[in-house]
This record gives sequence, structure tokens and C-alpha cells, in this order.
Amino acid sequence: MTAVSSQLLDEFRAVLGERGLISSPAELRTYECDGLTNFRVAPIAVLLPTSTAEVQDVVRICHRERIPFVARGSGTGLSGGALPIAGGVVISLARMKRILDVDFANQRVVVEPGVINLEVTGRVAPNNYFYAPDPSSQSVCTIGGNVAENSGGAHCLKYGFTTTHVLAMEVVLPNGDVVNLGSNALDAPGYDLSGVFVGAEGTLGIATKVTLRIVKRPEQIQTLLAAFPTANEAGTAVSGIIAAGIVPAAIEMMDSLSIQAAEAAVHANYPMCGGLLLVELDGPTAEVEALMAQVNKICTDHGASEIRVAQSEGERMVVWKGRKAAFAAMGRISPNYIVQDGVIPRTALPEVLDEIERMSRETGLRVANVFHAGDGNLHPLVLYDRRIEGQEHAAEKFSEAILQLCIDKGGSITGEHGVGEEKKHMMPKMYAEPDLETMQRVRCAFDPLHLSNPTKVFPRPRLCGEAPGEYKPHPLEQAGIAERF
Amino acid sequence: MSEIVEPKTAREVADKLADANARGRLVSPRGGGSKLDWGNPPARTDVVVSTAALNRVVEHAWADMTVTVEAGCTVARLQETLAQHGQRLAIDVLWPERATIGGILATNDSGVLRLRFGSLRDLVIGMTVALPDGTLAMSGGKVVKNVAGYDLPKLMTGALGTLGVITQAVFRLHPIPHHTRTLTAQLPNAEAAQKLMIAIQDSQLAHSALQFRTDASSVDVLLEGTEAGIQAQQATLATMAAFTEGSATSWNARQELWPAETIAKISVLPSQIAETLQQLNPTRAVMQATGIGHVTLTGDPAAARHIVEVKGGSLVLLTPSSIDAWGNPGDALPVMRAVKQQFDPNAILNRGRYVGGL
Repeated sequence: MTAVSSQLLDEFRAVLGERGLISSPAELRTYECDGLTNFRVAPIAVLLPTSTAEVQDVVRICHRERIPFVARGSGTGLSGGALPIAGGVVISLARMKRILDVDFANQRVVVEPGVINLEVTGRVAPNNYFYAPDPSSQSVCTIGGNVAENSGGAHCLKYGFTTTHVLAMEVVLPNGDVVNLGSNALDAPGYDLSGVFVGAEGTLGIATKVTLRIVKRPEQIQTLLAAFPTANEAGTAVSGIIAAGIVPAAIEMMDSLSIQAAEAAVHANYPMCGGLLLVELDGPTAEVEALMAQVNKICTDHGASEIRVAQSEGERMVVWKGRKAAFAAMGRISPNYIVQDGVIPRTALPEVLDEIERMSRETGLRVANVFHAGDGNLHPLVLYDRRIEGQEHAAEKFSEAILQLCIDKGGSITGEHGVGEEKKHMMPKMYAEPDLETMQRVRCAFDPLHLSNPTKVFPRPRLCGEAPGEYKPHPLEQAGIAERF
Repeated sequence: MSEIVEPKTAREVADKLADANARGRLVSPRGGGSKLDWGNPPARTDVVVSTAALNRVVEHAWADMTVTVEAGCTVARLQETLAQHGQRLAIDVLWPERATIGGILATNDSGVLRLRFGSLRDLVIGMTVALPDGTLAMSGGKVVKNVAGYDLPKLMTGALGTLGVITQAVFRLHPIPHHTRTLTAQLPNAEAAQKLMIAIQDSQLAHSALQFRTDASSVDVLLEGTEAGIQAQQATLATMAAFTEGSATSWNARQELWPAETIAKISVLPSQIAETLQQLNPTRAVMQATGIGHVTLTGDPAAARHIVEVKGGSLVLLTPSSIDAWGNPGDALPVMRAVKQQFDPNAILNRGRYVGGL
């Protein structure tokens, strides 16, 4: 440890106390990566503030010293959004986990960023409310991370994404200023900075307080399972449901490999078939019953061999447990796998599935498909065995070819996992240079010095128009520890 | 006299902006012209860039429930096109016959349906924008779910054309309901109305709209869906207040506030509606259960604004006034300025018309 950096650590320690600073190499290892484990970078320190003022103080130090910082929640992100920057610090919001206010009359909850997604629902459930965005990791992921990634989940088809449910935020800007974006009452005058902050993957600052909208639990929730011979037939049934003007709360599709894996892991008692649809309707009981009869008929008409409606809340939970465990369950049927996250216009599904199958035959690698079928969000899992030489590389290439396919069909390279580190090289394939340059103008407005999670999302940082001041060597750079980023 | 240009392509819009930018000419974008007096009067207008010639519905991907439409298309014409496949853009805006897609996005106009479907920011999924330096930039896309890159469509929505000129947008769509019914109940006062609206919001009904009209002292509920679902919900509502079948024209109440001397959009918390109305004492008010409302005022608008801002709300004037149209921009104004500086450094777009003098 050099003199310069230990002086810096002392300064952080003075703000945060001994418990608020992690700097031993062994402990730092925990923070080397997030859910995307094939990228690893050790930070110089992990900072654990407990208040907005502490976040502000440490960000001010980072700003003064030009040290890049990466905010981190639970580290469940799958695109490397919380991957540390070499020579930078990680600011963990894990200790800011209070629910500050619950206001049922106005259907609002105010939380700190380290609050776990499911805890919000837990807190309001006694009054029959819930927090709608439900990423599969909801039992561990934080609201701050959800805000950064604009997390979705199975039910966003009907209820919308995190951005739909964030009304206001208190944010520490990369220069250490604290500002309020959005407002408690709707439509505050001015630019929708809250709208652009949500989903910016931590590149515009750190949210330290978030006002969320909560939703009344519907009177009735029904979940139907329909087994189809192939995924394509299941896909046409989805089209039939949409064409009938029905907007389910969720429509999920799993292919036979995914069903096998989920069965092995949680015994959800799914029917074995080529394409399994899970359709959830919610709302007033009479409405749900009328629509469920229609969905049932549409599935039958489109060749479903077996249709079941979960008969109890317990059965319904088991059905969802299987679906939500599908990624992790892949470990049961393959030593290694890559989770992909692409989006296509839903109607392109048959062609895309055919093409994935063709690529699978060509590479000899199996693919399991889990699909948010209502909104076209595809999660193909490419299965491989790291021990076989060349297979990991082949799997990565395959997974990326699927993304290219999504782009070619007019879709997106990510529906909910984010760009992060993993996919930034794909951004120029989806957007033209002027598009990316324009997005980075926002970046320059919030963070002209590129300190807040720099090097993520965009393949090439844009030089910001205004002069950032005279270049001053980074203390760590002077000490020979870090290269200039 | 300002020059009026009607570009025929998005590229041409960007070129016109670049030309004006290079020559220091100030630009006001224009759609249907239905809300030209919203915001402060611009410092000067040398060039009006009209989107009138950009009026195509480019692609209604009905099976994917999305539509790509040019900025100059009127809302009414878009809705007619969508209705051919039983779909709609789930928003009820002012003057749909004249209002254009670009105009409603720039002003972030929304009506009663936002209670269920959200505002435009929740419905827009992609956008193409022309910038003063001649850049033509696309963001978002054609799919409902997409987190690749910054959400510029949201930033542009409600920016009143001060960051760029919207040339095209992509929206997610909703089905036109098979059945709809409007129910209306008379309430003695705003306090009772607020109490009823909060009770309905706290219920498990799946209503699409909910408003209080002061002139009729009535609360209106819009139900949409299957006949069975509507009947069951009607029965539930009957236990909460004396609801009778009302008229769909109740939902025009906001638009019927025009013309008036002073009209403002106010936004407060749902629990502050009655108190706000009591203190403002508007001639007429149409308040949604979301806490957003439109009021006609007599008297000092600055005093009215003070009443609302003290509660943490906002009051934006929609008719010409001697005071700033917007009110307190909050502590993020420096960031807004920085954003403006990045997109329109010479402030040629609608100069002075927006929040905080932007």
C-alpha cells in the first residue's frame, strides 16, 4: 500500500468509520464481479455509506481526486453493471436499507436504495398492496439496482417496468451535489430527468432515496398452464390471445429443455412438452373468469394437448417457482451455461426459434429457451461444458449470434439485464453513431468527468464539450498503481 | 415576420435546424398549433419548423401491438388507423382532431386514461429527434421491452421542443375494450369526492379512469372490459356511493374548460385534492384521482401557485399570463441547464419558453 492511497483510505475511513470501509485484498475479492462472473476487476476499496450525507462526502472525495466509482446493490446484475473499474472504488448501498415512509392513501412508498425488492411488497402486503416489478432475483436484488437497470420481470407486460413505478428520487450527482429528480406529485415541471436516470446503469449518479408507486393486489389471480407439441404452436396461441384483445398479467413460455431443468430443480409438476405456456390473468373475479374461458378456448384451438389452471394459491406459487428457478436450474442439466437476454418483435418468434435451432445443430451446443412471450423478451440459455476445449468460446459466439439475430429482426440486445460491460460492444450494431453520441450528451450533462461507472454501456466515451479543467494526475496514477482510465 | 418551413423528411428537419443554428436564427417547432400558448412566449421566432408534411402512419405492427408514426400525424387520424385492428394509443388528449403526435409528446399532454395506462412516457418506446447541430438521432426501438442505452424518448417527452424536434415516434398499443361504461355519482362536496376516490383507488376494482367535476359536483368512473366484469364492478361501486349510469361526454370536461381567461394544470397528492380545491376556490375544476387536475381561476395566479407549491405540488399556466408559466423548477435546474447546453448550446429552440427560462 502506497502512502498516497493509504492517505486516501484514511479519508474515506474518517467519513465512514472502520465498518464502512473494506480494503483488504481478501475481502475485496467478494466485490470483483457481479452476476456476470467471467469479468473480474479488483477495486481499490469498497465503501459502505449509511446515509445520503456519507454518499455525498465520499463522492466529493472521488470527484476531487478523479477516482471512478461504481455503485453496487446486491450484485445480482447479469451484464457487469456493478463490475468495478480498475483504480476505482465500489460504493455499496447495502447498509442503506430502511423503508422510510409508507403512504397508502397516495399509494407511495419511500425507500433507501439498499432495500430488497421483495421487502417492499412484504411491507405493504398486509394492506393488500404490492410492488409490481418482479425480476426473478427479487428476493435478493435491491431497489437501487432495479433503478439502475430499469428491471422488469414477468409481470411487466401488464404493470410496466421499474421506470413506471419510480415517482421521484434523491440523487447524488457525480460532483457530489444532491438533487431531487421527479416529485411526489405527478408531472413536476421540467425535463424528465428521473425518466432518463432510471435504466442509465449507474452512469449518471447514485440514487440515495427512491419514491415508489405501489399497486393494489387484484381481487383474483389465475394461472393457466398449456402444453403444446412445439414452441411455435405455443407462439401462435400467444398471437391468438393478443389478437383477442386480452392483456394478461404475464405470458411465459418454456421449451422442453427448460421444463426438464425446472422439473429437476423444483418439481413444479409441469407437463412435458415442446412448448409450455404459462398465462396469468388478474383483476376483478368476474372479468378474470370471463377472460380465462377465452384463453382456455384459444389454447385448445391452437393445439394445446393439456390445459391446467392452478387450483390453489399454493399450486400457483409452485408454477411460478419453476419458472423463476429456470436459469439456476440449468446447472442440473449442464455443467455450464450462458444466460442471454434479447428482445424481438413477438411475431418474429417462429423464425427466430428456427434459426436458433439451426445454429444449435451447427455448433452442437444445446439451447434452452425461456421466453417472456407477451413482450418478446427471449432468454436463450446456451449450454456447454467448460472442460471441453473450445466449447466456452463457441458458446459465447453462439450467444452473441443470437443477439445479432434479435437486432436483425428489429429487436433489442437487452430487455432487462442491461448493457453494462458485457454488451457495450454490441451497441454500435443496434444504434448508429449519431444515436450513441446523442445519448452521451446526457452523460456529459450529468457527469462531464466520467466518474460514475465510466466505461460501461457505451463502447467509446464521448469527450464532453466543456473543458473539464486542467488535467491533474490521479494519485494512484502518480503512485504507479493505475493507468489513466 | 417569421419564415415557415415544412420539411418533407426527418433529414430535412435536421438540415433546417442546422441552417438556423449556423445563422443564429431562433426556431419554434410547430405541430397542429393547438397548444402554441403553452409555456412562456418565446424570446423571438425567426423560423417556424412545421411538421405538417411529416404525417404518415409508418407502420402499424398490430400483431406486435406497436405503431411507428411521424410527428405531424394528428392523434385522431392515428387512432382511426389503429381502430381498424381494434387497437388504440391509450391516451385521451386535448383536441385530438388538431393535436399532433409531436405536439402531444412535446407538451406531455394526458387525460383521464393515464390512471390505468400511464402517461405518454409510459407508452412511447422509440423516437427519432432532429437536433440543432443537424444530428438525426434515434433511441429506444420497436419493441416494448428494451433497456439498451439511455431512455431519450422520456427526456424528450414534455421538453416542449427545447432539446430537439421530434420527427417520429414508436408507441406500445392497447386493445380497444369490447365494452365500456361510465358511472356517475353526485357528492355533496370536494371532501366527500376525495374520500370516495381514495376508497375506489384502494379497492380491487379495475377502473380505467376516475375524476371529480366541481361544476356537477360528481365523481365519474370509467369501466372497460367484458360485460360480466363491468356488471360485477358496477355492483361493487353501488355499495360505495349512489352511482348511476352516466354519459361518456363527462370525460370531455377537461377540454370544456376552454376558452377561459386563466386555465392551469395543477398536480398535488390524491390526499390533498379537497384541501387544494377549497383553498384555490376555482371557478371550475376537473380533478383526476391521480392528483392531476385542470382548473379555471380568477384572481392572482401567483397566489394560487403558492397554495399548491407549499404542498409540494405544481401549478402550470396553460393560458397567457403575466407570470412565469411553470413555477418552481426544483433543485435539479442546474442539471436541466446542462442537458439543454448539450443538446441546444445556442438556445435556438423555443428560447425562453420553458422551465427556468430555458
